[in-house]
Amino acid sequence: MTQSSPSQLPDTSARRRAMAAFAEATTDELLAALDPIEAAHGATDLRRPEAGLVMLRGRIGGDGNAFNLGEASVARASVCLATGEVGHAYVLGRDVGKARLAAIADALWQASATREHIEATIVQPVESRLSAARSDKAARVAATKVDFFTLVRGEDA
Amino acid sequence: MYVAVKGGEKAIDNAHRLLGSERRGARDVPEITIAQITEQLKLGVARVMAEGSLYDPEIAALAIKQARGDLIEAIFLTRAYRTTLPRFGYSLPLETNDMAIERRISATYKDLPGGQILGATFDYTHRLIDFDLAGENAPAAPHENRQGLEPAPHVTGLLDDEGLIEQNAAPSDTPPRDLTREPISYPAGRDLRLQNLARGDEGFLLSLAYSSQRGYGSSHPFVGEIRIGEVEVAFFAEELGFAITLGRVQLTECEMVNQFKGSSKEPPQFTRGYGLVFGQSERKAMSMALVDRALRAEELGQDVVAPAQDQEFVLSHSDNVQATGFVEHLKLPHYVDFQAELGLVRQMRREYAATHSDVTLKEAAE
Repeated sequence: MTQSSPSQLPDTSARRRAMAAFAEATTDELLAALDPIEAAHGATDLRRPEAGLVMLRGRIGGDGNAFNLGEASVARASVCLATGEVGHAYVLGRDVGKARLAAIADALWQASATREHIEATIVQPVESRLSAARSDKAARVAATKVDFFTLVRGEDA
Repeated sequence: MYVAVKGGEKAIDNAHRLLGSERRGARDVPEITIAQITEQLKLGVARVMAEGSLYDPEIAALAIKQARGDLIEAIFLTRAYRTTLPRFGYSLPLETNDMAIERRISATYKDLPGGQILGATFDYTHRLIDFDLAGENAPAAPHENRQGLEPAPHVTGLLDDEGLIEQNAAPSDTPPRDLTREPISYPAGRDLRLQNLARGDEGFLLSLAYSSQRGYGSSHPFVGEIRIGEVEVAFFAEELGFAITLGRVQLTECEMVNQFKGSSKEPPQFTRGYGLVFGQSERKAMSMALVDRALRAEELGQDVVAPAQDQEFVLSHSDNVQATGFVEHLKLPHYVDFQAELGLVRQMRREYAATHSDVTLKEAAE
């Protein structure tokens, strides 16, 4: 088994949130944030970036037992920093270069020296971009909501 | 005598070269880009992803381009591509209740939490050709309602208090069967049937669904709900020891409710049929839900009397890659088989003539 983190295991929910942002980040967003960090350039591959498949499961009736719906392409990578932090990434799509950058971001996020920087330059900007896109879309969709009204009869007119 | 036939390599090479050229079409017309296909032919891309059984818009778009717009050929290419990739594992079940709604309608309840959200639909259009689209087209910006959307729980939960709508069995820990790993054996469980239908041919399922509505297998369906939108994909990574989000996929879900007069096994109630499909694919999701319900006949104590209720008939003919392979293989050289059959038919005709003296058959000139 791979030992994913050193003794000070970070809070899982915070790391999950960060990893979700890395998965949603574009290659440009990741590059822009990681390039200035020296430690990012010294990362070595624990597992060569590769493309593969994850079988997506649905639920029968939306809330029942699982069934296999169909696969999605997924890229994954695992890296190790010179300082020992290990980063992993699984992202939808076949962009193995992006998966490697996301794994580096995950490793840097675990290092106390660089976590702040990663939060400020990737996690927060990506989350606000997504949240703005979500509310823009919701606003456009909400405009198509049906308002039912009862036809007014003659005597009330 | 058996004569080995070889040849045609040059003709085949040249045919493929010609195909490449014809695919490109007139050179003074700009070449179509993958981004144009994923953005502007989105529903075609969705169909290729669903029936190709691979969520990957770029691969689906590339396959559509390579197949010159022949979607079944594109589905074939997509299926072939997926066999080249290793499988990392299975996702956690997608939670459609948490979908970011792009469209959500119910034909059974007018006023429901979250409301009737039409989204980008062809419904209520007049189906008149829009000649404005023939030229450059700058559509008006969509209207916005900044109040946004309210939570939209599944409609089928609404009547549960009275037991009028059949309940799904509570989720169990038994992993579902996977038809990509083992052949289907009959009778097949609902998990396998849904997997088969999810990748099944839209046209085939549409016709079966239609037949069930027209009386081949009684069904009195209502659209409980159709919802389209994005759902997060969560995956349990062994090396991490926890589940992570891989991104989002767009899905179409349809829940049909069918009036059911009861049987020896079940009281009168509304039973359910379920459809879930990659991308925006409403017709497919509805057809899948109708066929899913029809295939539940035996489980609900109904007689299996119609094609749509017959598991083996439906599940073994739904796959258009298998179907097209078997139908289209007929055009490949069958010279030797046909020579053998010619000999056989000549023999039968000789025997026939010998016993029917009143009939004179022309002898083959050879």
